[in-house]
Parts: sequence; structure tokens; C-alpha cells
Amino acid sequence: MAAQLQSIDPRARLATAALLSVCVAVAQTLSACLAGLALGLALLAAARPALRELGRRACAVNIFLLFLWCVTPWTTPGNVVWSLGPIAVTGEGLWLSLLVSLKANAICAIFTALTAGMDIATLGHALRRLGCPQGLTWLLLFMGRYIHVIHDEWHALMTAARLRCFVPKSNAHTWRTLATLLGLLLVRSHDRARRVHEAMLLRCFTGSFRPLDSFVWRGRDTAFSAVLLICAAFLIWTELYGGPHA
Amino acid sequence: MHIAEGVLSPAVLGAGAVLGAAGVAWGLRRMDAGRIMEVGILSAAFFVGSLIHVPIGVTSAHLLLTGLLGVLIGWAAFPAILAALLLQALLFQYGGLTTLGVNTFTMGSSAVLAWYAWRGIRRLWPGPAGEKFAAFCGGALGVALSALLTACALAFTNEGFATAAKLLLLAHLPVMAAEGFITMITVGFIARVRPEMLASSKPASRPGASSPKED
Repeated sequence: MAAQLQSIDPRARLATAALLSVCVAVAQTLSACLAGLALGLALLAAARPALRELGRRACAVNIFLLFLWCVTPWTTPGNVVWSLGPIAVTGEGLWLSLLVSLKANAICAIFTALTAGMDIATLGHALRRLGCPQGLTWLLLFMGRYIHVIHDEWHALMTAARLRCFVPKSNAHTWRTLATLLGLLLVRSHDRARRVHEAMLLRCFTGSFRPLDSFVWRGRDTAFSAVLLICAAFLIWTELYGGPHA
Repeated sequence: MHIAEGVLSPAVLGAGAVLGAAGVAWGLRRMDAGRIMEVGILSAAFFVGSLIHVPIGVTSAHLLLTGLLGVLIGWAAFPAILAALLLQALLFQYGGLTTLGVNTFTMGSSAVLAWYAWRGIRRLWPGPAGEKFAAFCGGALGVALSALLTACALAFTNEGFATAAKLLLLAHLPVMAAEGFITMITVGFIARVRPEMLASSKPASRPGASSPKED
């Protein structure tokens, strides 16, 4: 099943993930949010992404939510349901926090399930085929290609600094050193960009994007898109008319 | 400076998407084929740079680098930030797809405004001290505007978020100072080593035409 979901056309996966995220993000009712989360979990069960990857993404989302839960329940005006000294927790605040948590986790689940395992080249080509502007596709592909190269370069710079007994502390010397190293990183990136540009000019680069991928739209891609479109319609119906329990 | 998905209201998301798209379209128009590699690889360097931990007081903070990004690439900061956020949304699930517009607008416009501020101060106050002050203001302004616009997006969504927005703004005051200082040193370093990199953010010049050197 996991392999089947991965073999769906990347264009279909990206477009449906975007559509479903928007549907969930604008939902304001509990039933729609719960339906979105259920859909996300179902997709996750079908996709079976690597647990480490899933954990990392879920952490990133829920750390922000933790911050909101610490603040929103007692700062939203409304009916007080529980109070401790000056802190009064309101029903509206709890409700808002709950809705937001459900939505954020639902979108995270949908996205992880549908885009996990997609590499940067596939992503760029799929986005281009979906109508993403040429310049933006180039930026995305070059960033994706060089982030690891430049990250390694940064590690080399830091290792060199540590070998010279550099220990980061909260003082002007640390900031000055880090700023200079950052400047050096940017200068090296600039030089690398010039070399890459010259190499590309030798290969007749004109700025136009000619994808060499071989995306083939098959029947099951249509079926997959249709099923997720029906899910999106169900979410909208639940949001507007209360869904099956109305 | 990211807002997770599902937090903001549809109106704020829609307004952010429209403004962000306008900025990206304008940025792409000002970026010709000769600058794609420059902007792409520098954006990758900024992505790496924003992972650096800088000790501030007893804690440490990440750099935002919006001001420095603006100073180096000007209007191209809009598409660069959108590409970075898209990568981040897909690789780390920070921010996310529906908040792309809002996050692109808050960070892109602060980068572009920091660029204009940097250029304006340099012109008004020529000389080494003016250069330093301009870079400091650019860096600090980048953080201040990002924090302010993010706080506005939260506060417009729901008044219950207003306190969270104020806390967010307060938490960024020390980051502003540190980032201004770091931008000042970095820009000074680049001005000595590769002055053409700073000239390249002027709209009319063509950096691809600069003379090739060794390696």
C-alpha cells in the first residue's frame, strides 16, 4: 500500500495535498476539523512514512502549539470556566486552542502522507508542470541542490574555528567571529554561483526550463485524485451543513 | 518567524497570499536569467545561515537574516524566501503550505524594506561610519518588521492571540540587536572582500558580467 501511494503521480499528490490543506485550514467547526484529522491519519496509515521523519515533523508542529496552549486559553475573552488568582481560563480560549491543534496536526498528517519520500528534483518538476513560474522553479532546484553542499562548507568552517579554540559564548568576540564566518560563507557561495553560472552558459543555458522527466498520468492517478476530491467535498459539506450528524 | 498551519483566519491567509504573490511576481520580473544561480545559491547559504545558533545572554537564538538577505539581493528576496519556505515546509514541516503566502509576505517585505533603508542611509550618510550604521539598521529592521508583521497577522486573526503576539514582539528585541550587530560585521566583511556583491543588489547592474577569476 505504501509503495502504491508513492507511485501515484507527484502532480496528483501535490495538488490534492494543497487542496486538502486549504480546506482544513479554513475550517471553523469541530466536526470538519475532526474529519480532516481522521482523513490525515487514514492517509498516514496508507503511506507508512518513516517514523523518525514523522516524529520530527509532528514535533515541529506541536512545539508551536504548546506555546499557543500556554497563552491563548487565558488571554481570549469569554466565559470563565476555571480561575487561579489573576489567571482565568475561558471556554472560548480552550475551544480556539483545541480547534487550532486539531487543524495543525491534520494538515501535518495529510502533508507528510502525500509528500513523504518525494525528492527535490521531482518536486521541482512537478511544480513546474503544475504551472509554477520558471524562475521560482530554478530557485527551488538550485537551493535544494546546494543546501547540503553549503551546509558541509559551514561545518568545515566551524571545525576550523574550533581547532583554533573558538568556543561560542555570549560576547562581542563570538558574534564578530560568527558574522565573519557567515560573510565568508556568503562570499564562497557567490563564487560558487559564478562558476556554476559559467558552466551552465557553456552548456547553452538561456534561462528557460526544459523538464526531462517522464511523468505519465495513468488511470489510477485519476482515481486517486477523484477519491481525494470527494474527501475535500465531504470536508466542505461537513463545515457548511454539519455533515452526516446534522 | 513561522506561524504553524491552521492558526490564522481565512481572511488573513487570503490577504497574505495575494500580497505575497504580488511581491514574488515583481521580484521574479526584476531577476533576469543571469542572476538565477546567484540568487539560488545565496539563498541556500541563507538557509544554512538561519540554522546557526548564536548565544544571546543565557539562551541562544537562531538568526533570521531577513535584513542581510535584502541587502544582498534586494527584490529577489521575495522569490528566494518563497522557495526557502517551500523547501522548509516539505522537508521540516515548519510553517506549511497554506501559510506560505503570509510568511512570504512578512519576511519578503521586511527584507525589501531593510534593503531600501540600507540604501537610503548609505546615501544620506556616506563614509565608513554611515556604512556601518546602515548595515546595522538593515539587520535590525529586518527582524523588527518580520516580528511586527507576524504579530499583526496573529492579532488580526483573533484578539485572543493579541497577547501571544505582544510576547513574540518582546522576545525579538534582543534578537534585533544581535542581528543588527552581526549584519554590520558581515556586510563590512563582504564590502572588503567582494564589494561587487553589494553592488549587485542595485537594479540596473548585471553581476553575471563581472570578470571571472581563478578556480
